[in-house]
Formats: sequence, C-alpha cells, structure tokens
Amino acid sequence: MDKKKIASTIQTLPKSLTGIQGLDEITGGGIPKGRPTLVCGSAGCGKTLFAMEFLVHGAMMYNEPGVFLAFEESEKDLAVNVVSLGYDLDKLVADKKMVLDHVHVERKEIEETGEYDLEGLFIRLNYAIDSIGAKRVVLDTIETLFSGLPNPLILRSELRRLFQWLKEKGVTAIVTGERGEGTLTRQGLEEYVSDCVIVLDHRVTEQSSTRRLRIVKYRGSTHGTNEYPFIIEETGFSVLPITSIGQEHTVSSERISSGIPRLDTMLGSKGYYRGSIVLVSGTAGVGKSSLSACFSDAACARGEKVLYFALEESPRQIKRNMRSIGIDLEQWEKKGLLVFHAKRPTFYGLESYLTAMHKAVNDFKPMVVVIDPLSSFIIGTNQFEAKSMIMRMVDFLKINNISVFMTHLTTGVNDYTGIDISSLIDTWLLLRDIELGGERNRGMYILKSRGMAHSNQIREFKLTDHGVELLDVYVGPEGVLTGSSRITKEAKEKAEQLLRNQEIENKQLALDRKRKAINAQIDFLKAEFEAEEIETLKNIELNKLRENLLLQDRVDMAINRKGDIIIKTSKLHKPKGNDAKTK
Amino acid sequence: MKNRINRMSDEALEFEQAIENAESAIYHLRLYVAGTTPYSVMAIANIKKICEEYLKGRYELEVIDLYQNPTLAKGEQIIAAPTLIKRLPLPLHRIIGDLSVVDRVLVGLDLRKAKAK
Repeated sequence: MDKKKIASTIQTLPKSLTGIQGLDEITGGGIPKGRPTLVCGSAGCGKTLFAMEFLVHGAMMYNEPGVFLAFEESEKDLAVNVVSLGYDLDKLVADKKMVLDHVHVERKEIEETGEYDLEGLFIRLNYAIDSIGAKRVVLDTIETLFSGLPNPLILRSELRRLFQWLKEKGVTAIVTGERGEGTLTRQGLEEYVSDCVIVLDHRVTEQSSTRRLRIVKYRGSTHGTNEYPFIIEETGFSVLPITSIGQEHTVSSERISSGIPRLDTMLGSKGYYRGSIVLVSGTAGVGKSSLSACFSDAACARGEKVLYFALEESPRQIKRNMRSIGIDLEQWEKKGLLVFHAKRPTFYGLESYLTAMHKAVNDFKPMVVVIDPLSSFIIGTNQFEAKSMIMRMVDFLKINNISVFMTHLTTGVNDYTGIDISSLIDTWLLLRDIELGGERNRGMYILKSRGMAHSNQIREFKLTDHGVELLDVYVGPEGVLTGSSRITKEAKEKAEQLLRNQEIENKQLALDRKRKAINAQIDFLKAEFEAEEIETLKNIELNKLRENLLLQDRVDMAINRKGDIIIKTSKLHKPKGNDAKTK
Repeated sequence: MKNRINRMSDEALEFEQAIENAESAIYHLRLYVAGTTPYSVMAIANIKKICEEYLKGRYELEVIDLYQNPTLAKGEQIIAAPTLIKRLPLPLHRIIGDLSVVDRVLVGLDLRKAKAK
C-alpha cells in the first residue's frame, strides 16, 4: 500500500482517488483529476453505483464535494437506491457536500424550431458546481439526451463543448454510457471522452454471473490491463485485484485447540493460532466434515460463537452424522453458540453469497467460521472469481481476527486445492486414503502450519463413536502400515516378543538352578573341610601331649638316675608338669 | 388532463374543441434565453412577432435570462437555450430553438394541428 502511494505521487498525472475498494490500486491512484472519465457498460452492470460511490467517497473522505446530474433517475430514487449501502444522500445535500439534479427530458413535450444550444444545461451545471464548490461531477447517463432531443447533430457538438468545458472548469467528471452494438457506448461518447475509459461488464457463464471491470484506456498513465472481477456487496462496489489484499490486520499469538488432543500435539502441542486460516483438504469421505465438527465443538465448549456455513449438507444431516461419532452439536445450537448458515452458492451466485456471508458474520459476530466445503464455490470455470472471492472473504475474516476453518474436496492425489489459494492458508491439514491390504484407511498429516513447530508424521485418522482419534501408524522395515495390516503386524510382533520373553525366563531359571547346585557343593566341601580340620587339630594336640609326656618321662628318668642332663625348658620343671606326672 | 382521458371516445371532436379553446384562452408564456447570443435575440424577436400575430391581447410573455437566474434552469428543467415554455393553457409544452420555424411554433402552442405527425 505504501509503495503504491509513493508511486502515485511520483507520477506527473494528477489523479483523483475514487475510494472504491481495489480500483485505486489498479489505476495507481484513481481516475485522472480534472478530466472526464467514461464508464460504460450494459444495463444493470453498476455504472450508476460506480459513479455514486465516486461522489459519496469524494464528499465524505476526500473533502471534494460533488454534483450528480441524473438523466434517468429522480433525486428521490437515487437516494433510496443507495440507502442500503449506508449512504445518506439527503444529509450530504443538506451539508452542501453534494448536489443532486435530475434532468428530465420529455420528448413529447418538446417542439424543436430552429437553432439552439445546450446552454441551459451548462448554466444549470455551472450553478450547481459553484454553489458548493464541487470538484467532482457525474453525468448519468447523458446519452438519454439523444432520445429526448431531436437533433443529434446539435447534441454531438454540444457534448463536445460540454466535455471541453468540464475540463476547463477543472472538475473530475464521470460520464456514464450504455454499451452499444460494436461500440463502447451507443452514441460513441468515447470519441469525446478520451482520457480514461472504464468498461463494466456483467456476464453469465454456466449459469453463474460475474461482474468484471476493465480499464480500456488511461491516457498518460499505466494501469492494470486485466479484466478484474468486481462485486457489489454490502459496503458497495469492490474490485478484486489479487494484490490489493490488506495485510494490516493484527495477529494473535493465542492458540486454540483443534478439538483433537493428538492433533494439538502435532501442532506444536498447542493447536491452531487464533485468527488463522485452517484448510483441510482431501478426497471424498476422508472425514473433513468430522474435523470441522470437532473444531466447532471445541470452540463452543470454550464458549466461543461459531458460524457454520454448510454449503452442501443440511444442518440436520450434519448434526445427525456428527452424533454418530459422539459429537453433539445440537446442544451448542440450542445455547446459541452455534449457527448454521445453509445455502448453496449456486442458489445465490458467488457475489451475493459473499454479501450474505458478510452480513451473517456481521450479525452474529462469531469467533470461528467454518466453511464446508470450499469447493462448492467453483461452478464451471469460475476458478478465478472463486479465488478472488475467497480471498476477499478470508481477508475480511482475518481483519476481524476470526479463525477460519475450511474444508476442500479434492479429486486426485496431487490436486491439493483446485483453487490456488495455498498462499492464504496458515495451517493446512491433508487427509488422504491409504489403500493397503484390501482396505481403505484414513491418513492425516500436516502439509504446512505457519509459525509453529509441527509434526511431520503421518497419523492414522480414525472415526470412533467417541470422536476422532489419531493413531500412530506402524512404521517399520516393511514401510508404513495402517488399519488391519497395522493390527496384524502389531499382533505378530507381540507374539514374537512373547516368545523372546519366555526364552529369557527359561535362561534365568537355568541360571538359578546352577547357582543352587554350586551353592550346595560349596556347602558340602565346607563341611568336609571343617571335619578334616577338627580331626587334624585333634591329632596335633595329641602329638604334642605325647611329646611332652615323653620329655617328662626322660626328665623323670634322669632324675631317677641322678644324671646331669641340661634341662632346656624350664617349662618342663614346672610343678604343673610334676602335677600332671603325679596324676 | 381531462381532455386526454376522454380523447379515446372522439378524438377528432375533442381536438377541434381544444383548438377552439385555444383560440379564446389566455396564454402564459415564458422564454428562457442565455444572455444575448444570436439565438436569444432571434428567439425574442420571433416570439414577439408570433404573439402579436396570433395571440394579440390574450397573452403574457416573460423573457428570462438564465445567466441572471441560474436556479430557474433546474426548477424549470431547462437544458436547451432558448426554450419557450407554454405554461397555460395546459398541456405544458417546451419549444426549443430560435423559434424561426413559425409552423412548428404554432404546433407547439397548440394553435395549429401538426401536419407530419
């Protein structure tokens, strides 16, 4: 945005901001200031609204009063027509910020005699401009004069003079014109208004209508050359250039649960960010709606309001189906926390659907919006419009910090969204079928999740009667297994483990036995040794006694023979020994 | 307006009556001009001549300069200049141009039946 503003100031051609969403971006700052711009298109394409918005925004936002010269509708009709957009023309007129003038030309009241000019119109316009100091002028639709006044030659020259005069007057003018056969306008107004030409178009392809805007010509300025889809919504005219998405919304770092504990764990243990855009894509029957129901259920349980846009199923059917997996949405609906909005976009048309969504969101002020499924916005070949529309909507929801949960039905494995909106998505869950061993199982993984460390694992996704469960898949040397293959594999592993456990037990028992045997042996040896020891000690004692006795005998004998033997040990002469001998 | 409703029954007769009425009714005419352009001068001269010739003594003519009364342009739904408005008798008619084609002016003033129409 800032860059664009800078760019527009560099340009030499002064421009006048229209205030119309998206248009100022593709024109690089609005329509040429002080010059007339031609806005043409077929009936009902929004020319008058375009012009009116230009004036109202000028008067309200840019302090540029404006004159609306209406050739087709009366002042009253004009005011009534734009009341629904929240514009109070009567007040603007009273505040001298706008002049409405209905130029009424009745052919049958007019008789033409001789030469004349349109000075009356000039005076009228001049007076209106000067009375409020108008900077903007709308002539809607000046071609009506051709049916009211008989002489086209005079008209043509007068129109040329009028546009010249408007330029000299320095007002930024919008001239509207009805689209003609082979020409941009029925009376060839593009000949006179050559500075900027914008064509509006209302097309119906494959039963769905889209409005488009194209800048055919913009003298002295670059401009977006594409056909841009535009819509007329609650807030008025809105052109949808892809790049003009406002990115100034506040960002919340609050985390909210997905309603599935295991999924929260996968999302950095905390769940989604508040105000983020979550997309679940997958083929038919993989459980996208169940995930949205889980999320809605969790949000309601937190006391948050949820707006559920059911684009294909009826609310009753959703409630019944979700009851089967143990989610009771009815209770929240009764408490007023959950509101279903069930209408097919084919019923409304994209544009009106967006308007209806805006209205529903503004009325209910939810914290969570569920769109199930996104794919029903695509009807035929309107992908581009659908994308722009979804973008606008997502943008609108994001600005309001509303968490968005969208599902998308894909047809193939590689077809992630169908509409290329991946850049919008903050958290993207992918559900897919895993066919293996003659059965189909659901697998889920996180394709991306901005701003959090998330799991890279595939989880088996199971719908049980008590909600959604995420299971680890079997990852082993034989690859990733799910469903009964996983169960068989797991059972097989269990049996193997049992066998191994038994073996270990056996070995331990054998060891125990051996230990016991050895211990017994040790005990026996010990006993044997002890017996031997006692015997030996006894012998030693006996021998000692015998020796002493012998010695004593010898001493005694020597004493008897009165021999002179040297008694070496006094011990032997102790009375004790004598005692013993005497004993 | 009543004339118009009854017209279906006997259009020719009604028309004759209208012309008869026109011959006696008071005419209230306003000529709006834009300053003193040649068209204005021509128109003023022409209408004066026509009035004197066809409506002598039973007409009121106002000549208004739009430059001096710009609000009247809106109020009277004027876009072309000069514009002559026949305010009375009804129906209201606008005659635009310099009034140089007398026949057509008379048709516009309901003083003569239109030939080609």
